[in-house]
Formats: sequence, C-alpha cells, structure tokens
Amino acid sequence: MSGASVLYDVPGPKAKVRNRVYTVLGGLAVLALIGFVVMRLNATGQFEPERWDIFNNAGVRTNIRNGLLTTLEVFAVAAVLSLVLGILLAVGRLSDHKPVRWLATGFIELFRAVPLLITIYVIWVLLLTNRDALGLSGDQPQFWALVIGLTVYNGSVQAEVLRAGIDSVPKGQREAAYALGMSKTQVMTTVLIPQAVRAMLPTIISQLVVTLKDTSLGYIITFEELLYTARLMSTNILVNGEDTYVPFIIVTGSIYVAMCLALSALANWIERRGRRAKTGIGVAAAGEPVTATDALETAPPADVPADAKD
Amino acid sequence: MNVLLDHLPAFRDGFLGTLAITAASAVIALVLGVLIAGFRVSPIPPLRAFGTAWVTLLRNTPLTLLFLIAMFVVPQVLFKGLSPFMLAMLALGFYTSSFVCEAVRSGINTVPLGQAEAARSLGMTFSQTLRLIVLPQATRTVLPPLSSIFIALTKNSAIAGAFSVTELFGFAKLLSDQGYAIAWIFLWVALAYLVITFAISGAFRLLERRMGVAR
Repeated sequence: MSGASVLYDVPGPKAKVRNRVYTVLGGLAVLALIGFVVMRLNATGQFEPERWDIFNNAGVRTNIRNGLLTTLEVFAVAAVLSLVLGILLAVGRLSDHKPVRWLATGFIELFRAVPLLITIYVIWVLLLTNRDALGLSGDQPQFWALVIGLTVYNGSVQAEVLRAGIDSVPKGQREAAYALGMSKTQVMTTVLIPQAVRAMLPTIISQLVVTLKDTSLGYIITFEELLYTARLMSTNILVNGEDTYVPFIIVTGSIYVAMCLALSALANWIERRGRRAKTGIGVAAAGEPVTATDALETAPPADVPADAKD
Repeated sequence: MNVLLDHLPAFRDGFLGTLAITAASAVIALVLGVLIAGFRVSPIPPLRAFGTAWVTLLRNTPLTLLFLIAMFVVPQVLFKGLSPFMLAMLALGFYTSSFVCEAVRSGINTVPLGQAEAARSLGMTFSQTLRLIVLPQATRTVLPPLSSIFIALTKNSAIAGAFSVTELFGFAKLLSDQGYAIAWIFLWVALAYLVITFAISGAFRLLERRMGVAR
C-alpha cells in the first residue's frame, strides 16, 4: 500500500482530526498490548540481569553456535538434495512413459499430503530399528531422518513448482528445439529447465525458507539443532532456581527470524531484478510459499500472480 | 490391518483430535487474519505498523518455536492454567493468521479500483468501503489460497501432537512406542490426513462454485 490508498479519501480537515484521534487510540492500544507483555515479563523477573548474564558464559555461546551450525548443515544438505529430487520428480512427472509418470505423481502426492513431522518421525523409527544394519551411530539416525524427511517433502513441493515453471515456458520454445533436431533429453536440460528455474527462482527460494524453518522439527526427534540445544540449556541452566526459557527463546527466535528474513530478502531481490529484465518469460512472485504446500491442487498454485486471477 | 482394528478407539480419538484442533485454530486464524489485513490497509499508521510486524514476525518464526513459547513461556508469564489444547490452538491460530492476512490483502488488491472509488464517491467511510464493498468481492479470489492455507494448517496440527495434545501424530507415536510395525501405522495415518485434506479442498471447491458469479 503506497501513498494514497484507493480505500480511503485524501483526508480533509475533519478526517485529519479523526485520523489523528484514531492514531493516538490505536497507538495506545498497541502500546498497551506490548506494555502488558513487558510488564508480565518484568513481574516474573525475566529482565533480571542474572538471567541474561548466562550469555556471557563461553560454554553457552559455544553451544548456541554449534546448534546454529548443525541447523545450517541440515538445511544445506536438505536444500541441495531436495532440489535434485525436485528436478528428478518434475521430469518424471512430465515423462512420456506412463509408469514413470504414475510413480512420480504418486510419490509427490503422498509426501505432500502427509505432515512432514510424521514423515520424519517414521523415518527416524525406521532408521533407529535398523541402525546396526545401516551402520549409523550417535545422532546420525536423527540427522538422516531429518534430512531425508525434509528432502522428500520439499523435493515434492519443488517438483510441483518446477513443473509449473516448465509449463509456463512458451510452447514455441519446445517446438523450435524439436525442429532443430534436439532429443527429448536435450530439450529438457538445455531449453526447458533453465528457463523454468529462472522463472521460478523466487518461489524456489521461498520454499527454501520453509525448509529452513522446518529444520526446527528436529527438536521433536531430539536432534541437537538450534532449537533443541536452546531448550536443553534452558531447562538445565537455572537462575535463582528457575528455568531460563524466556532469554533462550528470545535469542534463538531472533536468530531464526533473521535467517529467514535474509533468505526472503534474496527471493524478493531476484524477483525485482527479474521484473526489470525485458527478455525471457516473467519471473514468478516471491512469497506465498504456503500455497505451494497445498496437498491436492494439481494446477500450478504459486505461479499465478494474484492479480492475474481476476 | 490388525494394528488399526485393535486400536480403533485410539485412532478415532486421534482423528477427532486433529479435526478439533484444525477447526478451532482455523476459526482463530480466519478472524485474526481478516482483522489484521484490515489493519494493514487502514489509514491509521500504528495499526498498519502493528499488522506488518505481526505478519513479518509470525511468518518467519518456525512453528515449533511458537509451540515452545505457547507451551512453556505463556503459562509461566502470561496466563496460568490453560489446557495444552487451548495453547496449541492459539499457537496454530496465530501462526496461520499471518498467512490468512496476506491472502486477504492480496485479495483486496485484486478488486477493481473502480469499486472502491465508487464507494468513496458515495461518501462511504473506510470501514464501510472495506466491509460492504471490497471484502465481499475479495472473498472469491481469496478462497483458493485459503484452501491451501487450511490444508497446510491441518498438516501443521501434527506438531501439536508432539506437545501432548491428542491427535493423529500422538496416535502414531503411541503405537510405535508399543512396538507395532511403523509402515502400517504410517499408511493409516496418511490415509486419515488425506481424508481431511480432500474434505477441505472439496468444501472449498463447492464454495468457489457457489461464489463464482460472473462479474
């Protein structure tokens, strides 16, 4: 919403006064809400210096750093694998061979429909029961359960995103490539996929933000990533005989929000850059990764700009 | 097969639990989401800022972290004595409200400019314009993304199960702890989720057809 909105007039003298009154009232209401939370935090002693002094402890900081690195490691591996899987599944779903197409479609629909947490949990149990046969030790079952779970779920979503991108490439591109005598594989790898990736890059990155957020599900299968580390420390480190949930949650929350905002900013930047370019097909809008997690919509969900539907 | 037949009551409880928490948080998300979308387009700067902060913060926080806050910080700091179901409902509802808000806001932007202009020239105030003219017309474009948001909400409700709310994930965990084959449990739970998500998308498709009047 920029400058003058269509939803209300440019305020006249009376409306200006009224708006000012509402501004004060609204401001007070927001302040009251924040004030209430701060007051309660203060009343329960969350702002006492000793509670925050724990972050001066080198061990605590090392633990947070290790947790953060573990989270990033899971994210990096899962992101790469999910993109690879996404490309494979998208190509499989567009294949000319029926069994391949059915297999890819079934895989995508199944793993998009099941909550990620349940997928991760089931893989974890499977890995735990077969840990000796697979030669996994320590926290490797958790790590691989998280990575594989994130990969199959996000790979399925990325496949749908890519498929929407491939469908958005003008038909003439494919026909021209075939007319030049290219094989099916060549058309896919040198003509369609590069253009699809370029068009869908903002959506792909938005889905990577979801991947990053979902690494926190490792908490539930007791994998020592950032969130679990923080939770563990907050129950173990007692100040004045009380746990330290609030400081730890504020710190880890800020870290997560900062990481996700950085990635989203990248997506928005690419989208804006893509819109400036006059060549090639349009770049999809960033954001709305949630529409890409739809389980059943077979039509490309995230690629339709909001104003194109009308 | 036997796994399910032997534990039909637990499975039913889990299924109903998932339904209950999804429905309850969907209501919260819808009400809050529309309200905050209204804030974000309003002429009052503090409310606009509040809406923007709300959406940015909630969209970029992992849901698991929100659940941690709801389950451990809220009882300690704000309100004592809320049941886990209520807390999970609040966490899920608040999280989803930020997505609903964005869907509604982009829906508002798709209503042709002339509509709001006509309303203004009739002398309608901001809230009248929004309530009587723009939002009813935005509903139609908001329905498809809303359907995906509620499906995502259904799937996210599984996290509540890890925080001692009775629902399908809790059921899967219970049976797996008792040593049943995990693959069968997985299939049954997946089927249950499919039923719910199909129902949601079917209901929304019906709504869309009802609302799909030619403009």
